[in-house]
Amino acid sequence: MRMGTQSRQYSCAASAIPITLLAVFLVLATSPQANALPAFARKYGLRCSACHESFPMLNYFGQKFKDNGYQLMNDRDAPIWQNASYWPITLRMTPFWSRESVNKVAVDTAPTGEQKITTTGFNLGGLDILAMGTLEQNFSFQLVPSSDETGAFHFEAVNVRFDNLFHSPWMNVKVGKFELDSFISEKRSLTLSGSGGGYQLFHFIPVGDGNIFGQVGDNQLGVEWMGHSGDDRTRLSATVFSSTDGNVDLPYGQNSYTAFFAGSQAFSAGRLGVQRIGGYAMYGVAPTTFLTSGGVPIPGSGIGNKTFSRVGFEGLFYLGQHVDFQVFTQHGSDSAWFGACYGDIITGTCDPASQNNTTGALPLGARNPTWNGAFVETHYVYSPQLTIFQRSEWVRMSQQAFATIPSNVGDIDNYVVGYRYNPFMTSRAGFAFHNEYSWIRQRGTSPVSGTDLSSNSLMLGFDFDF
Amino acid sequence: MRTRLHKSLLGLGTVVMAFPLASLAQQTQSDLNARMGMESHIGKVTGHAKNAQYDYRRYCVGCHGERGDGMGENFPWIDPKPRDFQLGIFKCRSTPTGTLPTDQDLSDTIARGLDRSNMPQWNTFTAQQKADLVAWIKHFSPRWANEKPGTPIEIPKEPEVTPERIKNGREVFARVQCWKCHGVTGEANGPSASTLQDDLGRPIAAYNFTDGSRPKCGTSDQEIYRIFMTGLDGTPMPSFADNIKPDEAWDLVFYLRALMSQPSKEKAMAKQLGLKPVDPNAPAGQQ
Repeated sequence: MRMGTQSRQYSCAASAIPITLLAVFLVLATSPQANALPAFARKYGLRCSACHESFPMLNYFGQKFKDNGYQLMNDRDAPIWQNASYWPITLRMTPFWSRESVNKVAVDTAPTGEQKITTTGFNLGGLDILAMGTLEQNFSFQLVPSSDETGAFHFEAVNVRFDNLFHSPWMNVKVGKFELDSFISEKRSLTLSGSGGGYQLFHFIPVGDGNIFGQVGDNQLGVEWMGHSGDDRTRLSATVFSSTDGNVDLPYGQNSYTAFFAGSQAFSAGRLGVQRIGGYAMYGVAPTTFLTSGGVPIPGSGIGNKTFSRVGFEGLFYLGQHVDFQVFTQHGSDSAWFGACYGDIITGTCDPASQNNTTGALPLGARNPTWNGAFVETHYVYSPQLTIFQRSEWVRMSQQAFATIPSNVGDIDNYVVGYRYNPFMTSRAGFAFHNEYSWIRQRGTSPVSGTDLSSNSLMLGFDFDF
Repeated sequence: MRTRLHKSLLGLGTVVMAFPLASLAQQTQSDLNARMGMESHIGKVTGHAKNAQYDYRRYCVGCHGERGDGMGENFPWIDPKPRDFQLGIFKCRSTPTGTLPTDQDLSDTIARGLDRSNMPQWNTFTAQQKADLVAWIKHFSPRWANEKPGTPIEIPKEPEVTPERIKNGREVFARVQCWKCHGVTGEANGPSASTLQDDLGRPIAAYNFTDGSRPKCGTSDQEIYRIFMTGLDGTPMPSFADNIKPDEAWDLVFYLRALMSQPSKEKAMAKQLGLKPVDPNAPAGQQ
C-alpha cells in the first residue's frame, strides 16, 4: 500500500514536471530580472556602470550603496535635496525574439506519448515598476509592482528600511517583502532566457517534494537585520520571515517561520581586485497538516510543522579588471514528511485526500531528501558597455525520499552563455542588446517515459529602462 | 592687522586666479597622451595613469568628463560643479595654498568623498585602484609635468581643550573675520555669504557649522586645522597661515567644534561658559 503510494506520488510528480518546466520557462522568459535604477542615476549623476558590474549585477560600490539603504552618505541622500519634480521611479521591460525547444512533451498523437516541440517567435517580458530610494535620510523604501506580459500585477517587493540606527552601519532593519540577503542575487542575474534565466539552486525542490516553502530565490515577507562595516567589507544579516514563500494573506501555516543568516567578508588581492567570500544558512519549518472543509484544505490552518534547511558558500572573485566569476553552492535537506509529499495541499502539489498528515505516521521507508548543488558564473567585462557571460550549474540528489526512486531523478544540469551590449551608457536611461543561449536537463522527469527532460532557449532581447 | 589680512587675501587671490588663467587653454588629446606615463606614489603603492582608464570610464567620466575638464554629461545638472582636473587646483590639500596637493591628498579625497556634493565616498577601491586613479587625475593637468607638490604643512600636537582655549578661539574667529562668510553663529549667513563665488565665477556657499553636515575636507581636529591653514584653493576660503599662529589655530578648532551641532566636549564647555556669538562691531580685542 505504502509502496503503491510512493509510486503514485512519483508518477504524479513526474507528470507534473513538464508542466512545471513549461511554467518556469514562461515565468523566466517573461519576467526579466530587474533592479538597476536609472532613477538612482538621475538622482546622483552616476552612470549605471558605477554601481553595476554589468546591469543589473552589482559591483562592490553598488553593493555598498544598497547596504547603506540606497544612500551615498554624502549628506544629500534625503529627497529634500532633489528638485521637486524628481520621482524615484524606473520602468523596465524587454521585448524579445526567442526560440524555445523542449525534447519531451506529452502529446496525444505521438506514438510514444511524447514529442519534441520547438517554437519561435516574438514575445514580451514582464513590466517592472521599480521605485526605490529614501523617504528621509536613513529612511529607505522599496516598492516594486510587477506584472507578467499579460499585465497581471503583483507586488514583487514592498519594504521600509531604517538605516544606520544609533549612527551605526551595523544597525539596519528592514520590514516588508524583500529579497533574502545574498551578494549573489538572482534578482540581479545577467541571464534572462527561458531555460537558463534563473538560478536553479535558488528554487530547487526535489521531485515529488511537498515543501510549501523551502528555497532562497523568492522574495519573502518578514523582518531583516543587516549590518556592515563602514567600507562594506564585512556584511552580516539575519532574517525571520513567514514560511509562505512570499505569498500574502498567510495562506499556509498557523505559526510557521523561517530564519535566514548570511555573512561575507571582502578582502583586497592587489591588482586582482577585491574578492568576497561568504556563506548562508536557512532553517525553517512549514506545515504538513491542514483542517479541511468539505475535503478542501482551509488556508491558514496548517499545523504539524516539519523542518528544512539550506546552507552554502558564496564567492565573488576578480581576476583583474575584466574577468570575474561567482560561485554559489548549496546543501539542502527536507524533512521526510515533505519528501513523501506532505505539505502543500493548498496549491495542489500534494493530494489533500491522502497526503494530509492527520495520523502522524510517516510512510514506511521515507527519508529526508538531501541534495548538493553549485554554479559558477563567469563574466568577461570587455568594457562597462559589453559583457560576455556564462554559467554552469549542477544539482545532484544525494538521498532520495524513498530508496525505490532512482538516485539521479531530479538531478539538473544547466548551461548558459551570452553577451550583453549597451550601445550607449549615460546616467539617464539604459538599453542593452541581450543575446543568450541556455540549455537545461533534468533527469528522469519526462512526462510519459520518465526519462531525461531537456529544453533549450535562444533569445535576442532588447532590454530597456528609463 | 585688518589691513595686513586684506593684503594677504588680495595677494593670495591673485596667485590662485593665475593658475586657472594659465591653464584655461583646453588640453588636447595629444597633450593628455603625452602625459599617459604619469605615476603616483602613495605609501608603498605606485599608481600608473594608463591602468586607471577603465575605472575612470566606469566610475568618474559622467561628471568629470572624458578629458577631465569637469564637463561630463552631468555638468549642467549638479551643484557644486565637478572638479576640472585640467586646472590642477584642489580644495583638499595638506600643502600650502597655491601649491599642488600630494598624491596622498588626492587619494584621501577619492576615498572620503566630498560631502554636500555629488562626489561619493569611493572607499571601496583598493589602494592600487586609488593610486592609479590619482596618477590618471594628474595626467590631465600640465601643472604636474612642471611643478612638484607643496610640502605638507606641519600640524603641531593637539593641546588639551580648555574653556580658556575656546574663549581664545572665539577671539580668533572674530579677529580673522570668519563671521563675514560663516556668520556669527556659524550658520553660513554672514554679510558676504550671498556674494561668494569660486574662481570660475560660480556661486558657492560657505560651510554651515550648525546643520550637522561634515566639513568637506575631513572631520578630525587635524583636518579642520588644516582646512583654514591651507585654505580651499579655487574657492573664496583663503589660507590663514599668515594670520593665525599654530597655537591660536588649535583654539579656533575648539571654538568651531563648539559651533557645530554634533555633541562634543567643546560644545559642553562653551555652554557652561555661556559663550555668546561674536559681535562684529566690537573693537578689536574686546569680544
